[in-house]
Amino acid sequence: MPAKGYVEISVEGCKGCGLCVINCPTDCLALKTSETNSYGLHYAYMTDEDNCIACQNCAVICPDAAITVYKKAS
Amino acid sequence: MKEGYKLIYQKPKTLREKRMHYCPGCFHATTHKLMMEVVEELGIQEKIIGVCPVGCSVFAYDYMDVDMQEAAHGRAAAVATGIKRMHPDKIVFSYQGDGDLAAIGIAETIHACNRGENFTFIFINNGIYGMTGGQMAPTTLEGQKTTTSPYGRDPKKAGLPLKMCEIVSQFDSVAYVERVSCNTPANARKAKRAIKKAFEYQMQGLGSTFIEVASNCPSGWKCTPEESLEWLKEKAFPYFPLGVFKKPEEV
Amino acid sequence: MGEIKLMKGNEALAEAAIRAGLQGYFGYPITPQSEVVEYLAREEPKHNYVLLQAESEVAAVNMLYGAGGAGARVMTTTSSPGFSLMQEGISYIACAQIPCLFANIVRGGPGLGTIQPSQSDYFQATKGGGHGDYHLIVLAPNSVQEMVDHVYLGFELADKYRSPAMLLSDGAIGQMMEKVQLPDPIEYKPDKPWATTGKKPGQERNYLTSLYIQPEEMEEKNIELQAKFKKIEENEVRFEEYKTDDAKIIIVSFGLSSRISKKSVDMAREAGLKVGLFRPITVWPFPANKIADIAARKQVNFFISIEMNAGQMVEDVKLAVNGKKPVYFYGRMGGIIPTPKEILTAVQARSRS
Repeated sequence: MPAKGYVEISVEGCKGCGLCVINCPTDCLALKTSETNSYGLHYAYMTDEDNCIACQNCAVICPDAAITVYKKAS
Repeated sequence: MKEGYKLIYQKPKTLREKRMHYCPGCFHATTHKLMMEVVEELGIQEKIIGVCPVGCSVFAYDYMDVDMQEAAHGRAAAVATGIKRMHPDKIVFSYQGDGDLAAIGIAETIHACNRGENFTFIFINNGIYGMTGGQMAPTTLEGQKTTTSPYGRDPKKAGLPLKMCEIVSQFDSVAYVERVSCNTPANARKAKRAIKKAFEYQMQGLGSTFIEVASNCPSGWKCTPEESLEWLKEKAFPYFPLGVFKKPEEV
Repeated sequence: MGEIKLMKGNEALAEAAIRAGLQGYFGYPITPQSEVVEYLAREEPKHNYVLLQAESEVAAVNMLYGAGGAGARVMTTTSSPGFSLMQEGISYIACAQIPCLFANIVRGGPGLGTIQPSQSDYFQATKGGGHGDYHLIVLAPNSVQEMVDHVYLGFELADKYRSPAMLLSDGAIGQMMEKVQLPDPIEYKPDKPWATTGKKPGQERNYLTSLYIQPEEMEEKNIELQAKFKKIEENEVRFEEYKTDDAKIIIVSFGLSSRISKKSVDMAREAGLKVGLFRPITVWPFPANKIADIAARKQVNFFISIEMNAGQMVEDVKLAVNGKKPVYFYGRMGGIIPTPKEILTAVQARSRS
């Protein structure tokens, strides 16, 4: 069974580059194109908490260190 | 935090709270983050001194929570030499872009490498002058359009892009040379390992260490961050191949 | 106390730097200055300083920036074309406020010029030299002894004001041999909490920069620097007077030409002409107030600036005299050293007219 995780993405820290979205292996992330943060930028958010496998790919690729990753304690 | 979960990744504490000015998707930011993760992991925040260049990363000292000096354009290797010679027990790095390291400062780069100055070069090669608005760099690819090569870089006029890893790996005094990228999570992890190794080799006093980050510049290349990754894979990596060019013998 | 030796100016400067606690020297050979780096290279094994022959003066000045910024007592020496190459780095050093010592063993210019002594870098030394509003503290030695004394003083002032300081010397003083008294070596213990030596636990990181992209911040930095320069002007002016008390004619001269002018003063006195010598030792800060005082003396008829250039310091003399008395100039260029007789003749010609 794959690990279970979830991520927190800082709305203000995110610049909406989308690199986390395209690098998520389980498609749990998306850009919120209907809203912007105070810098006027779209930001990424978690769409599907159930499928996050805590791989940290999103956090590793995020240039702005806007992502924090948690993993379900086994 | 949700009940039953544990924290496995967060922004390194060695990265300051100040919001980085880099454009969305820029590898400068990724590299800053990876470097500061390494500083945190190695526990060397009090022992490391950095030199930042002129270029997009001119404000690197605003983001990296370590002692730093801001150098004149191209002179980071000379400044780093001065620091390291005074403090051989400290870890010193120069953080430079392609204009800084490979154009105006190539003499300082070459001579620091030839002397085997025991510091680490972090070289961000994005093939363009980002800060000044997208002019041609010494590493701009053949045919690549910039504001000063609007019809594409013509090698007859401007020469071919400089391959710095290939050049500096020729020196006996250079211990470790690797070209990395941050275009995928796997490559970003490799980049971090390379930075860590470079600092470790420096701490062992093995000589110059040189990490080139094959980088992007979505704003300068006039594309989206996602498209910049495609460009890297299709255009940049064939000319600037990733990999280890040189490493210490015992490793 | 001290040690008496017969030494060449450049070697005395190098020895003085070692005794003053030199920790890092970065330089590039150039005539007529090369004996400094050669001497330091020879003596290196006996001491703890780092000597590095850089790939250029451009690299050398930036190594100085790095090493000085990291808290060390550092020096570089060069001659005119090399000093031109260092100007960019000096501008950064002045803004980032990094204490360090320069010596320009001046040769005649412009361009590649000549290797013979000159004072034609006065403007470059005293008006900043590079881009932006700044000054270095500029000491003008006129003997081998002062090549020693000014190294100590230069290092001290550099640290005191977090400022670059320099010796404005020339090829003759660098090359000639004289008796010198060498001071006892000092054990240098830098106290520079601002230096980049690694982040201290529980404290903000140190960073050195000359970049203030917001104009308001850049203006604030300039105000801070100007306040410092004002303080230096108030406290660090140094000069020497020779027979000026009753003088009707005041020769103003610095460095090598001031020594020659001293002889001219004696010759003039023998010929019945009341001439005195005013010699700025710091050419920046310039002893303008003192010159203004002398200009106000009733018996003073005129000033004449004697220089080995086309007339550079004479502008500062005129500013100081401020129209109160005539200010003349006599000089030789291109590496020619005027004789005492020649200077006397120039003074006599002005005296008659």
